[in-house]
Amino acid sequence: MTSETLGRRVRSGVSHTLLIIVAIAFLGPLVYAVSTSLKPADEVFTPTPHLFGSEIRWQNYADAFTFAPFGRYFLNSLFVAVAGTAVVVIASSLSAYAFARLQFRGREQLFVLFLGTLMVPQEVLIVPMYWLMQSLGWVDSYWALILPWAFTAFGTFLLRQFFLTVPAELEEAARVDGCGPFRSFLRIMLPLARPAIAVLTVFTFISFWGSFLWPLIIVNSVTDKGTVPLGLAQFVGQQGTQWNLMMAASILAMVPTVLLVILLQKHLVRGLLVTGLGGR
Amino acid sequence: MATDTTTVAPPGLPSKADRVGRRPALRRDGRFAGIFLAPSLGGLALFTLFPTAMALAISLFDWPVFGERKFLGIDNYTQLLNDPVFRRVVLNTALFVVLYVPLNLVVSLGLAVWVGPKIKGRQAFRVLFFIPVMTPMVANVMVWRLLFQPGGLLDSGLESWFGINAPNFLGSSAWAMPAVVAMSIWQGFGYNFLVFSAALDQVPQSQLESAQIDGAGPLQRFRYVTWPMITPSIFFATTMTLITSFQVFVQPFILTQGGPGVATQTIVMYVYNQGWQFLTMGLASAAGWVLFVIIMAVTAIQFVGQRKWVQYDV
Repeated sequence: MTSETLGRRVRSGVSHTLLIIVAIAFLGPLVYAVSTSLKPADEVFTPTPHLFGSEIRWQNYADAFTFAPFGRYFLNSLFVAVAGTAVVVIASSLSAYAFARLQFRGREQLFVLFLGTLMVPQEVLIVPMYWLMQSLGWVDSYWALILPWAFTAFGTFLLRQFFLTVPAELEEAARVDGCGPFRSFLRIMLPLARPAIAVLTVFTFISFWGSFLWPLIIVNSVTDKGTVPLGLAQFVGQQGTQWNLMMAASILAMVPTVLLVILLQKHLVRGLLVTGLGGR
Repeated sequence: MATDTTTVAPPGLPSKADRVGRRPALRRDGRFAGIFLAPSLGGLALFTLFPTAMALAISLFDWPVFGERKFLGIDNYTQLLNDPVFRRVVLNTALFVVLYVPLNLVVSLGLAVWVGPKIKGRQAFRVLFFIPVMTPMVANVMVWRLLFQPGGLLDSGLESWFGINAPNFLGSSAWAMPAVVAMSIWQGFGYNFLVFSAALDQVPQSQLESAQIDGAGPLQRFRYVTWPMITPSIFFATTMTLITSFQVFVQPFILTQGGPGVATQTIVMYVYNQGWQFLTMGLASAAGWVLFVIIMAVTAIQFVGQRKWVQYDV
């Protein structure tokens, strides 16, 4: 072994160690949250930091559900996210197919219009959207939590890009055999597009799961229609916040998304567009 | 998946794929197209196009949540410009953007280059840094609120390990904004980290190696080989980060409630307060439109500026 390769090995070893230290520092806040979530209430604030309290209190996770109606919040969030995701996936796969495969006049212009809607930030839309919900009688309803943000051009864009990579010959053969566009879409395109649809599904679910500004505006009866982020935010600024219980609830809110990210790790890059501006 | 990385391009740019779609083989699909497009088109028209126009209309009215509406013309806009609070929240938002965007880009690009395409376990770093991007923002911010709290980890840690008497981060007008920025970078840099590491994967090792043989040091290799190839990703990341950072809301809302005073109140918080605390929808809508115009202007500047430094055909 020459001294040059030895030097390189030492350098890469040092660099690797430093990276791991950075990763641990990055994890610090999450470790702190888990640690706090397992402490007795009177040991959250101590003069010197301790990783563990005098006991490991798993009971905090159960107590969070009685301290506030987190059971209800979780069910609401789950329902809204699943229903919203279903609408997004159905509507965007249909329109993506039209843009990728069907010939019709004005297709390019319409697609530009679709992409143009991505430019409008949610903050511009919330005021008229609230008025629209008032007019429809949807304030404080599940409809209002699900539908307004379920028609985004992101899904259409993402799936159209995928559909375009599917060889047209596959469908042409079926069309020659008398297969109409609907059957061709259902039987050929959708099964082939399963990976792209999975990515869209997961990222849309996560964006509904975490959305905060709109539920904050549209939900009046938090204990009835509140979602998890709304439930968590209820306790901000209150005197005597039960931080150990709040951390337990926060961790529980994170767990599904962390699992989905790990599950989908190979496809994260494709989801970047959905997450980038879709945080509604 | 080699094709994955091609998604990392600004949306809306015509790609080769667009031309593939124009096949003459499938014709006379007009009536089917209508059915396929109906849900999305209807939804976008009702929930995006119509509200966008309505936002402009509402901004021209005295529009309380309940009660009489009155046409004002541009009065809401002049009132905004004369409102010292609104001027302050625009400055606060600009300060957040100016601190957050460069720091986010430096941290994410620096770490992406450091981790590099060759290191073992780089996938683990991608997943790890991406986690707070996906976890509910409110939950993330709750954790940081406890962290910054007097008696929280930062306070007690600084005191007992370094003997430093920490300030009340969230209650101090000097520290509140840096605290919001720090939290936001922790939360958000994993997105750009992923964008950049995907781009770095595409840089051919053979070119880096031949540059090394020609005697180029690591900095020169980065400047002359890597950088030109990743400029499209840098442009994409910068644009996306700029747009989202102007929309900052949850972090200050949960960490500081915009305080102390209005030291960390942002434009979106102002929209929320006007609309749902003071119930003046006209003013809220006008503030939303001002934000929209700012974002469009900054994005337009980005797109004009890109011609000078972004290289698409390397």
